[in-house]
Amino acid sequence: MSDTEATSEFEEGPVADEAEAATAEAQARFGVPATSSRGQQVLHPTRDQLVDLVRTLRDDEGYLVCIDLTAVDYLTYEAPRRLPPDVAPERFEVVVGLLALDTHQRLRLRVQVPADDATCPSLFDVHPGTEGLEREVYDMYGIEFTGHPDLSRILMPEDWDGFPLRKDHPVGAIPVQFKGVQDAR
Amino acid sequence: MSTVSSLSSDARRTYEGSQELTPRKGAGAAELMREVGSVLRMSEAEVAALADDQPTEDQTMILNMGPQHPSTHGVLRLMLELEGETVLRSKPVIGYLHTGMEKTGETLTYLQGPTNVTRMDYASPLFNELVFSLATETLLGIDGDIPPRAQWIRMLLCELNRMSSHLLFLATNGLDLGAVSMMLFGWREREETLRLLEMITGLRMNHNFIRPGGVAADLPDGWRDGVLRVLDLCAPRLDEYDELLTGQPIYRARLQGVGVITTDEAIALGATGPILRSTGLPWDLRKDMPYLFYDQIEFAVVVGSYGDAFDRYAIRLNEVRESMAIVRQILDAMPLGDYRIQDRKVTPPPRARIDESMEALIHHFKIFTEGFKVPDGEVYCAVESPRGELGCYMVSDGSAVPYRMHIRGPSFVNVQALPHMLRGGLIADAVAVISSVDPIMGETDR
Repeated sequence: MSDTEATSEFEEGPVADEAEAATAEAQARFGVPATSSRGQQVLHPTRDQLVDLVRTLRDDEGYLVCIDLTAVDYLTYEAPRRLPPDVAPERFEVVVGLLALDTHQRLRLRVQVPADDATCPSLFDVHPGTEGLEREVYDMYGIEFTGHPDLSRILMPEDWDGFPLRKDHPVGAIPVQFKGVQDAR
Repeated sequence: MSTVSSLSSDARRTYEGSQELTPRKGAGAAELMREVGSVLRMSEAEVAALADDQPTEDQTMILNMGPQHPSTHGVLRLMLELEGETVLRSKPVIGYLHTGMEKTGETLTYLQGPTNVTRMDYASPLFNELVFSLATETLLGIDGDIPPRAQWIRMLLCELNRMSSHLLFLATNGLDLGAVSMMLFGWREREETLRLLEMITGLRMNHNFIRPGGVAADLPDGWRDGVLRVLDLCAPRLDEYDELLTGQPIYRARLQGVGVITTDEAIALGATGPILRSTGLPWDLRKDMPYLFYDQIEFAVVVGSYGDAFDRYAIRLNEVRESMAIVRQILDAMPLGDYRIQDRKVTPPPRARIDESMEALIHHFKIFTEGFKVPDGEVYCAVESPRGELGCYMVSDGSAVPYRMHIRGPSFVNVQALPHMLRGGLIADAVAVISSVDPIMGETDR
């Protein structure tokens, strides 16, 4: 099994050229760094650009639906991050998936969020459907969404310590916790 | 990875915000803005005018519905604020079934992954396996090389699964509204499709059959007769449901005009699947962004026109018929060939080779113990599950386990649209509205 060979096969040939052209076009059009990943278009706005960009995409480009919002903790990521040169990698990344219903296109936004200031502006004012998804990201990663109307834990108990999907939160190393039991932890 | 120190530092930052409904005292224009204003894109002035004639705290009552209420399809808890019998604000409280499956997914190899994700949406497990496999294959770069037979088998299984999932909805929808005979009928037909799935995959539910690279095994002897038997059996029974429910005045009175949502509201809330289609928007990923071989299949996207609970019932009933039509086309189109990719990197060697080749044995062992490595990168794949868009966002760091595996569950997002659909309705209709969303709590909570 040769593992290294397979990695270099991507982004080559005519498909990669096409993706590159589309990326350059997206970069010029939206004014933020763009890349493509496995043929899927990705934009890399900063936290300050995020809300305005999403609003512009909704109003002018037809990306009417915010289909997904999640985050990734890159604390123990060992492979190269493959970000555009002018985007500095940070520990957290908020990933927003947008969908254009009339042109049948998807667009993904990856926003870098530093560990020492784990906040991100909320998309609630643009897409109210992100309310639950942002609560889930807050619950799992502790990223606080500023401007969110009701930021509280959604899946874990209210009194849970820590943020389970962070990479420094171990799997199965915590005794089973029940609400109301004294000295459970 | 220090456990204790990182936990205690996190603990200090934990915001113990309440998951419950905020008291009426604090629920002025801001709360209204959140609940209706932002979805309807109302201005703050309009919302403030609306807030003026809101009842005070002593005129309303908070009622907890669930998490053990039978109509909530599992462990959904709804906090309803009532004024008399009218629902004002409401809030779904979820997480009672949370088992950390996304965290677990970060410890399982790509071969073990389907075992994990299949337990998320337990009413349509094959779709979870499919979207996981599609994401893995796209990361591997083999998504164009999956043998046609494997793809057609996947489609066959998914459409059978869509039938069983919708039949389950018809059963529980009937039960929620007091049509208990419909519950028995729906369950009976669902069992027939599950029996067929058991014949093909070996299990009634949680099949772990669709895997990265193809499917686990070829179709068994007699599968075609089994499929035809179920199709022939279901067609007249669906007509019976029509007679029993669709035209029945009581049933219509309970569902029509209940839980209405418009296209703009559904889009703003991110609702997909039958909820979005009930508003008249023909959005179906099988048609609009085809995956597998859905572009070679003739089928209609069923839409409603009023966006109410009755439309959602009718859409699901007719989607069973469309699925049956798709299955018949798949029967005609099913090619011969491999049922999984012959890429030795992903697929274990055939059983016969293991007897004669030491290398094959070692290879087999390594694939199942270490797994196969997936090139680094990130990808989002989506399929149309019976409940809406089921997505998988996967990040790989080049090792044999996903670095991050996120499932975008349609139920999770659809449940968040409940407060909007319940608002202004009667408490007795709440049951019908919850039922029409058809949430599967395994998927909302993961």
